[in-house]
Amino acid sequence: MKKKGKGRLDRLRSNKELLMLSMPGAIWFLLFAYLPLFGIFVAFKEYRLSGGFFESLIKSKFVGLNNFKFLFSSGDAWLIVRNTVLYNAAFIILGIVLPVIIALILNELRNKGMAKVYQSAMFLPYFLSWVVVSYCLYAFLSPEKGYFNMIMQQFGMEGVSWYTEKVYWPFIIIFMSQWKGVGYNTVVYLASICGIDKTYYEAAVLDGATKWQQIRYITIPLLRPVILILLIMAVGGIFKADFGLFFQLPRDSGPLYPVTNVLDTYIFRALKTNGEIGMSSAAALFQSIVGFILIMIANKLVSKVDKENALF
Amino acid sequence: MLKEKWKEYRKEKMLQQLDSAPCEFNKIKKSTNVVFNIIMTVLALLSVIPFIFVVIISLTDEHALTMNGYRFIPEKWSLYAYEYIVQAGESIIKSYGVTITVTVLGTLIGLFLISTYAYALSRKTYAYRSFFTKVITIPMLFSGGMIANYLIVTKVLMLKDSIFALILPLCMNSFNVIVLRTFFKTSIPDSVIESAKIDGASEWRLFFKIVIPMALPGLATIGLFLTLTYWNDWFNAMMYIDNQDLIPLQYLLIKIESSIDFLANNKSMLGVDGITAAANLPKETIKMAIVVISTLPIIFAYPFFQRYFVNGLTIGAVKE
Repeated sequence: MKKKGKGRLDRLRSNKELLMLSMPGAIWFLLFAYLPLFGIFVAFKEYRLSGGFFESLIKSKFVGLNNFKFLFSSGDAWLIVRNTVLYNAAFIILGIVLPVIIALILNELRNKGMAKVYQSAMFLPYFLSWVVVSYCLYAFLSPEKGYFNMIMQQFGMEGVSWYTEKVYWPFIIIFMSQWKGVGYNTVVYLASICGIDKTYYEAAVLDGATKWQQIRYITIPLLRPVILILLIMAVGGIFKADFGLFFQLPRDSGPLYPVTNVLDTYIFRALKTNGEIGMSSAAALFQSIVGFILIMIANKLVSKVDKENALF
Repeated sequence: MLKEKWKEYRKEKMLQQLDSAPCEFNKIKKSTNVVFNIIMTVLALLSVIPFIFVVIISLTDEHALTMNGYRFIPEKWSLYAYEYIVQAGESIIKSYGVTITVTVLGTLIGLFLISTYAYALSRKTYAYRSFFTKVITIPMLFSGGMIANYLIVTKVLMLKDSIFALILPLCMNSFNVIVLRTFFKTSIPDSVIESAKIDGASEWRLFFKIVIPMALPGLATIGLFLTLTYWNDWFNAMMYIDNQDLIPLQYLLIKIESSIDFLANNKSMLGVDGITAAANLPKETIKMAIVVISTLPIIFAYPFFQRYFVNGLTIGAVKE
């Protein structure tokens, strides 16, 4: 294909067909990713519905940062931000440590057939929806019929009202997040470990390296780029919470809000139950902006460590 | 001197070992292997037992359940919950229909949008490549958020209580486009495209007749990503659907969870009249049975899912 580049029209003509191929997807992005960006303005308005979205947006009163002031003066906001960040920090650390250990063990097993079976079993929870997972959990925690309370009663102990006692929930939430996600992450790390050149290990053994030394000086250093990139990307998303985990598992139980309310569930409840569009958009915009800043910082760090793996 | 010799000897010995018994070379000790196997068995069981427990509960006799609570080995087994769903679960079957429709339509629409877009991006000669790459990168960094999406979908696109509110928001995302673009780039040689162009094939023809057949494994991966997303989605239904006829399975599960007597009170739901019938309903087992039947298709398709997901993950890890 000869390209003479005689200006825009020529370029358009020679790319016409590929441009047509891009169009359906581009229209989707316009409607479902770019149009909602106008929603940002709602955060600065006292949003009142009158007619369509744009009409209401223009007619609503501009209130500056009042929605944000209201949000942060409520006291809830800091609790929710703290919950979101602390839970995510726990998920990030465990989400690296556990899968790496499991992947290392699976990789060393002498019986490869069983390794495959274990991996399949651990991957399964990833494919269940949070709704289904919440039923699985309920089977154990139900106050009247749940397995745990039945066992406790058999031993003469009093059952626990799991869905109102908030002390247990940080552990339950962290445990369940790992229960559902560990298989997926293990697969990622196992794939990277399998990709390591076997001759490194052979050379190390010939020099008398033990298993531990091989892991310490070959596997971990070679996994480091993958671990780092996943770590830094996760740090970029530390303000985003897995909605299903925090909304479905606790069955929307009020007494648990202090330990289960995170930014996403807060925004959802403000919209659906209270109809507070202004304040919830302020919270959503706050989340988007902090998320954006964190991703930019994270990407900067990635490009320092490893230029090839930076996002852009 | 002697030390060197000894080292030499050991090396030779090891190389011999490598040749004669490759299975034993650089393997962990048998005892360690046993310990590792035990740990992994425990983790594997921990992963599958909760769902198996739900299956067992769904097969328990309701009366035994009320007496003994949830047990791994019930006093009395019963298929009643499933019989009930088959006989009277009109809206459960309706929900199944909604979920299947949404999953099939969504996967097809999604595959079309993602593959056309990704293919154009994968072509090196495409002049607007960097522009359209930016188009998909920006939404990964900054989004309008939940409220903005809600307002646009309901007030601008007017999709409230429409089946498309369950389909369109999920059919495309930047990550899938990037995975497929990488797949096209690595699996379809430039020479194939060039020779087709020399033969005078149009881009559309090239795409449908050559690229799609060559990229089937990649499309299967993305297709399964989409299928799983649609099958397990409840969030969009919770946001946009009030109409009783458009409730997908996962949302139905939420509805019966949040109101314990939903099944009993909602006559239209089960097509049963009268309070007596409602009082005798095996509520707990029916709920668990709905959980089971809504998850069964995923369990059956699991071997496919697993294979292609691992493929997709490894493709996604390779950038450019």
